[in-house]
Amino acid sequence: MNPLDRKLLRDLWRIKGQAAAIGAVIAVGVLLLVMMTGLVRSLDETRQAYYERYRLAEVFAPVTRAPENVIGDLPAIPGVAATEGRVAGYALVDLDSVDLPIQARIVSLPDFEAPRLNDIFLIAGRRLDPANRDEILLLKSFADAHDIRPGDALRVTIRGAQRAFSVVGLVQAPEFLYVTAPGELAPDDERYAVIWMSRATAGAAFDMEGAFNEALLSLTRDAREPAVLEAVDRILEPYGGLGAYGREDHLSDRYVSEEINGLRATSAIIPPLFLAVAAFLLYIVISRMVQAEREQIGLMKAFGYTDLEVGAHYFKLILFIAVSGAILGCLAGIAAGRAMVVLYLQFYKFPFLLFELRSSSFVLGILVSVCAASAGGLLVLRRVFALTPAVAMRPPAPADYSRTGGVVRKLTRILDQPGRMVVRRVTRQPALMGGAVLGIGAGMALAAAMTSVMSGFDRTIDVNFNVIDRSDLTVSFTDPKSDKTILELQRLPGVIEVEPVRNVSAVLRNGLRTHRGAVEGRIATPRLNRAVTSEMDAIDMREEGVILSTSLADKLQIRPGETLTVEVREGRQPVLELPVFGTTESLLGSPAYMQIDALNRALREPDRVSGAALRIDSARSDEIYRTLKDMPAVASVSLKDETRESLQELMDSGAGAMRYVMAGIAFVITFGIVYNSARIAQAERERDLASLRVLGFTKGEAAFVLLGELAVVMFVALPVGALLGYALSFGIAAGFSSDLYQIPATFGRSDFGTAVLAVLAASVASGWLVKRDVDRLELVSALKARE
Amino acid sequence: MTNVDPTTGSLACVYRTEGLTKVYGEGPAAVHALRGVDLALPGGEIVVLLGPSGSGKSTLLNIIGGLDRGTDGTIWFRDQELSAMSDAELTHYRRDNVGFVFQFYNLMPSLTARENVELVTEIAKDPMEPEEALALVGLHARLDHFPAQLSGGEQQRVAIARAVAKRPRVLFCDEPTGALDSTTGRAVLKVLKGVNETLGTTVLIVTHAAATAGMAHRVIHFADGKIRKIRENETRLDPDKIDW
Repeated sequence: MNPLDRKLLRDLWRIKGQAAAIGAVIAVGVLLLVMMTGLVRSLDETRQAYYERYRLAEVFAPVTRAPENVIGDLPAIPGVAATEGRVAGYALVDLDSVDLPIQARIVSLPDFEAPRLNDIFLIAGRRLDPANRDEILLLKSFADAHDIRPGDALRVTIRGAQRAFSVVGLVQAPEFLYVTAPGELAPDDERYAVIWMSRATAGAAFDMEGAFNEALLSLTRDAREPAVLEAVDRILEPYGGLGAYGREDHLSDRYVSEEINGLRATSAIIPPLFLAVAAFLLYIVISRMVQAEREQIGLMKAFGYTDLEVGAHYFKLILFIAVSGAILGCLAGIAAGRAMVVLYLQFYKFPFLLFELRSSSFVLGILVSVCAASAGGLLVLRRVFALTPAVAMRPPAPADYSRTGGVVRKLTRILDQPGRMVVRRVTRQPALMGGAVLGIGAGMALAAAMTSVMSGFDRTIDVNFNVIDRSDLTVSFTDPKSDKTILELQRLPGVIEVEPVRNVSAVLRNGLRTHRGAVEGRIATPRLNRAVTSEMDAIDMREEGVILSTSLADKLQIRPGETLTVEVREGRQPVLELPVFGTTESLLGSPAYMQIDALNRALREPDRVSGAALRIDSARSDEIYRTLKDMPAVASVSLKDETRESLQELMDSGAGAMRYVMAGIAFVITFGIVYNSARIAQAERERDLASLRVLGFTKGEAAFVLLGELAVVMFVALPVGALLGYALSFGIAAGFSSDLYQIPATFGRSDFGTAVLAVLAASVASGWLVKRDVDRLELVSALKARE
Repeated sequence: MTNVDPTTGSLACVYRTEGLTKVYGEGPAAVHALRGVDLALPGGEIVVLLGPSGSGKSTLLNIIGGLDRGTDGTIWFRDQELSAMSDAELTHYRRDNVGFVFQFYNLMPSLTARENVELVTEIAKDPMEPEEALALVGLHARLDHFPAQLSGGEQQRVAIARAVAKRPRVLFCDEPTGALDSTTGRAVLKVLKGVNETLGTTVLIVTHAAATAGMAHRVIHFADGKIRKIRENETRLDPDKIDW
């Protein structure tokens, strides 16, 4: 090993604390990058592979009732590759252990062959025996939640008739990656089931013998989907076609896409942000480190080492730190990614999900950190190289403290000597101090923005479940009922208040922008399920027009006063032109509201309700649940507390869980920056401190000069960090928001308090570490050595 | 001793300068470190540059050593014009021809004695073994000590070993005994004399200790950025005899 390399190793050992802090900052930046890009890739590719292997349809066409032979007309449409007709519908599952009715989706499988489209992945048990009409397959997550195994019996109510089926297998399917009951946002494995049965069984149960009510289609590569949708709608129209839609509008795929897109957006915004802060820190630290090596650089040049050789030496040092940090970050990123995958598997029913790392994110991570680190070093090296060796070997000329402004002069008059040293150094080296202030400010900004986003998640939950939704439970009916049902509910003992709702599925259209969702009919002045302004004031429903959630208005790019096209996908399927009269702050989903009577009039179905919100006496809840379970009209009951819980769980898994990782990282970066600033200041002032000690200053007095400077930097950095954090929280909150939920940028005092405390804690810890070294300073050698 | 023809710059002459000036800063704040130095130095000698601090002697040493550049004038090293060289050429000039010894040793604190010498032998054309160079200065027993474990005199001897290990034509010493006591100082001077005699290296010593002049072939007196006087010693003192 040549002597320069040995010098390198020993130098690294000497600055190990600092090197570790820098390495840690790089590592966490790379961790984030690797984890997030890896997750995006894993989810994307696993989904693709899963869809292909189990032949997920690309077009879904629900229809009221179409004769079997109509399915034969579909392959003639240009662009259609394969077709399948099936029977699908809703049912109720009755479990002794559960007081509430459980809603289930029923899907048929062909009797004697494997499905051409939408195949299933059998995990336990066996497939259906076509000879036995009592057999069903059950979604594995639901079975697991209730400890149901192949061989168990299950009571299912279809169209009012209850029947016992035998569960023969547990399955997953690509069309049920994300499983939520209709109207629910977050999945709840216990409260929603998917059941597969033979076509013959389903046909009998739903009165669909010799008919189908859902067509599935796959497309050829060159197919034009809009044209296919149009042709399918034309063919199915006479049979009550409800509007064909593409895979991207399929609920499960939409949520998974939303998750992947959200993750992709977050990974495009946040890791670069973290890496940029890390890069900036590296620039400051390394440039000052190289500056401190100025004399040794001069010496090497005096011996005849070329600029390139000297530069390579320091580049190796930088490279070593940056690459070790990046490799550590990659390894930690893979570990973190694997842990996240487990969380994802709880919500997305993938049969497998392997965390795969694209080598490009690995290379990118290393490249970014090395570039950031070397930029800092090389810029300073260039300055040092510009000096002749003779000048470089002399200690730099004392900084000029003579030109000091009036205010500072007055200030210094009342300070003692060490105080003056602090003030003059801070005021006369604005670039150096500015760098330190910005560095620490950036670290604090990350911490502040992350804590603010954490509160944003809490606020979303709070606004939705305490301000908007003030009910205790929501009941939905099997189909639209007469409003007398509301009176029935009202009469139940323990029910305090009932508010009817009418939800119809619809496609909302503004020009070329569409949203496949629902219109929710509400009473004129809702009390239990309200629409609120951004100031949290209730909005009344009006006779004419709709209120859109802000996220939906943004998606459709429509403003109050403009007209929205609503294509209802139920009943006689009217197309309505409705004015938008307002927007509402909804942090969950993308609802559109209308006055219930106006909606019913437009549908020409007066006095109909599809569900109700209830406020109840909690002491009598069990009794109410049992009554509701026995009411044939009730399809499902969702309890607000349970919904809140599953939403909280949803936010704590997937992209939302990232916030904990990021908050941790923000604090690591903050500490890294503060610690390095303190270390560098110490290195730069070692001789001054030794001189002070020689002159008779105590350890404490000498340390004051250093710590005082740090304190000043810190207190300037705090407001800078608060401002930067404020700005940053918008970007990060936007990164975390998705179609499912919006995260508002909130900036409570407590968020900034937390960040300030973090910075102060980091400062105290760093100050203590540095002070310990100052106390141990060997006076004579510190003064003698010119290094 | 060789006589030099200043107009032809004969090869016997190691360095020749004409009208060499060095100005630091500009305008009213300008400091004239060298005010037109004309000098011709024959090879193989020990030359002592004497003068009060600020007289320009270190500046001259730095410039002819290739560590700094003059503001005006020309400098010749043998048949090469130093003042016309690029930075890269100066680097090679230092690498191949020149050794330096500084007042504060300037050893790399993170390298042992042997490794500090290797730092130079690594890039030199025809170096000695590091051990040989350290033996030359009497440090063969302390090869693997770090600077912090060596006394001041020992550190300076490592610096000399490091400087001579490449077998330089010229050895520049800026106040080599400035930080040392008299006994150690004499030992260091003896090493320098030995280097001059055994290797034939030209040794330039900058000092303000007038007594050192006794061991030189030639003594140059500096004041106010100019040469005041050049004296050739008829008889040279042994470093042991120097009155500190």
